[in-house]
Amino acid sequence: MAIRIFIPGDTTACALDADAVAVEMLLQARRAGLEVEVVRNGSRGAFWLEPMVEVEVDGERIAFGPVTPHDVAGLFEAGFPGLCEHELYLGKTAEIDWLKRQDRLTFNRAGVTEPLSLDDYKKSGGYAGLAKAVEMTPRDIVEAVTESGLRGRGGAAFPTGIKWRTVLETEADQKYVTGNADEGDSGTFADRLLMEADPFQLIEGMTICAMAVGATEGYIYLRSEYPRALHALNTAIATAEDANLLGDDICGGGRAFNLEVRVGAGAYICGEETSMLESLEGKRGLVRFKPPLPAIEGLFGKPTVVNNVLTLAAVTTVLAKGAEHYRKYGSGRSRGTLTVQLSGNIRRGGLVEIPFGAKLRDLIEGFGGGTASGRPVGAIQVGGPLGAYLPESQWDTPLDYEAFAEVGAMLGHGGIVVFDDSVDMLEQARFAMEFCAVESCGKCTPCRIGSVRGVEIMDKIRDGEQIEANLALLEELCETLDAGSLCAMGGLTPMPVRSAVKHFPRDFQRGAGS
Amino acid sequence: MSAPSENPAAVVTCALQKFADTPGGLLPLLHDVQASLGHIPKDCVAAIAGGMGLSRAEVHGVISFYHDFHDQPRGRTTIHVCRAEACQAMGSRALEQHVKTRLGIDYGDTTRDMRYSLEPVYCLGNCSCSPSVRIGDEVYARVDAERFDELLARS
Repeated sequence: MAIRIFIPGDTTACALDADAVAVEMLLQARRAGLEVEVVRNGSRGAFWLEPMVEVEVDGERIAFGPVTPHDVAGLFEAGFPGLCEHELYLGKTAEIDWLKRQDRLTFNRAGVTEPLSLDDYKKSGGYAGLAKAVEMTPRDIVEAVTESGLRGRGGAAFPTGIKWRTVLETEADQKYVTGNADEGDSGTFADRLLMEADPFQLIEGMTICAMAVGATEGYIYLRSEYPRALHALNTAIATAEDANLLGDDICGGGRAFNLEVRVGAGAYICGEETSMLESLEGKRGLVRFKPPLPAIEGLFGKPTVVNNVLTLAAVTTVLAKGAEHYRKYGSGRSRGTLTVQLSGNIRRGGLVEIPFGAKLRDLIEGFGGGTASGRPVGAIQVGGPLGAYLPESQWDTPLDYEAFAEVGAMLGHGGIVVFDDSVDMLEQARFAMEFCAVESCGKCTPCRIGSVRGVEIMDKIRDGEQIEANLALLEELCETLDAGSLCAMGGLTPMPVRSAVKHFPRDFQRGAGS
Repeated sequence: MSAPSENPAAVVTCALQKFADTPGGLLPLLHDVQASLGHIPKDCVAAIAGGMGLSRAEVHGVISFYHDFHDQPRGRTTIHVCRAEACQAMGSRALEQHVKTRLGIDYGDTTRDMRYSLEPVYCLGNCSCSPSVRIGDEVYARVDAERFDELLARS
């Protein structure tokens, strides 16, 4: 029987030459006269070890990494694909501490199964949630999701069950389920990893949602920056259709749900739910006034669920294992697991799924291993480009929605970007304004114009021009953005700016005397 | 990537057949036209608007709103350099400068030989292994000036 060699086909692994590693593996195996099968699995999210190559030995996987194409010949000389002494040998994958210390509910399949194999998905517990859902009344499904305490993972943390109930209770001839896969926050890649490594989970989650609210059509709004995820989703959707897991008669229960992927066109604002709906309707991604809520008047004016990829994926666990099981993870009102993404200047970056409540410092040091540059950590931005920069005094804040809100920060989609102490926080604050100017949809004046003025003010401060007066003006501008914007783009751009000014004041005084 | 020899009118007619009845079909249609022609020529706007039952202003508005859509001819390969925070933390500001100097163009521009267009991008979802660059449809991790030059030579 051929020896199975697992080499991730994930974006990050491939960005680190995983394809070339796969080719080299096949060449070396042929040279050694070995019969091997290369499996392109997803990534487990331990990106610091990618490309991480695994081999099955006695029913267990052992890992090597990070493997470059140049390492492959040496590996074979040392006895690969069998157990061998080699500096890249990591031991049994299941025993790798970085992975072992996680509680993987949503990402338990990532990197383990073949992403596009429906068989693999089902064998590892997939579609158990939908099997239960088709036997349940819509109200019971909504009740289970409410009971689980699941809150929206896109950033706003709105209780998922309440959103679903609103759609369920709104009378309409047509309802929609939409998956927001416009993961635009810097430092986040959890949605991408899930869609590439386990696309059926998103599809199943959306199908369960459709059963719950009575929707027959759904869209995944995927950002154009994710071509591999697009391929994975489209292939998985076609497979699910062939197996009656999508289409006009889901699981023979007589209910219909059709799902389609729509690709965005490079606009950050389309991750905002109402802007996303406009874009799905084929329009400019201008933010809508709320109310009406999308749950009442959403896509094409019909009741619509808009949920993040991870929220919809988590629903499969809630249904398959029960609300109680999901609830028992977490802290305070933040239930279940949080997917943090360690990125930026970090030694051991990647995806960490743990219950809410861990401390930022433990994550950065314990999982992350400090900075990649070896210098002390200078600042940590949590929650994407609209999230606060946290100084060392705040690194003991527990990772839950409320605790972060208390210190003027937000968890958002769980992106954690680490900077070393060489970071210039004035530049970071300036970038926040610049990003807002580039990506503003233009509907609200404070966001559209204020962001441009913000960049100009920052330039004056950098040049040492009336620093105190300009800092006061900047604060006034932040107030205006905060109070005068319809959505989080304008409303939260002040968060990184203010946190930088407040916690890193020295960087704003450098221009003095110049 | 672009195929300038294709007849724009035929491409638009074909795209309209595919998407005229699709709810919210304008974005998929524009993606389709751009994939065939490399850009969305201005003189196609009227035909697209007519076929989709929209005004020319609406179609133009959508094309100009989204960073991905272009109404001018583009280079055969688009290079996206990530400008977002995770990449900044790993030196993308210096990389940006290098890329611009190396190609001799700024963001939004195309090299004179029409080989490359350069665009900023705000996150490629590869943030644990920054800085990231996308060349065509391939993303590359931990790109510094030297690696960029190698990748360019290979492309």
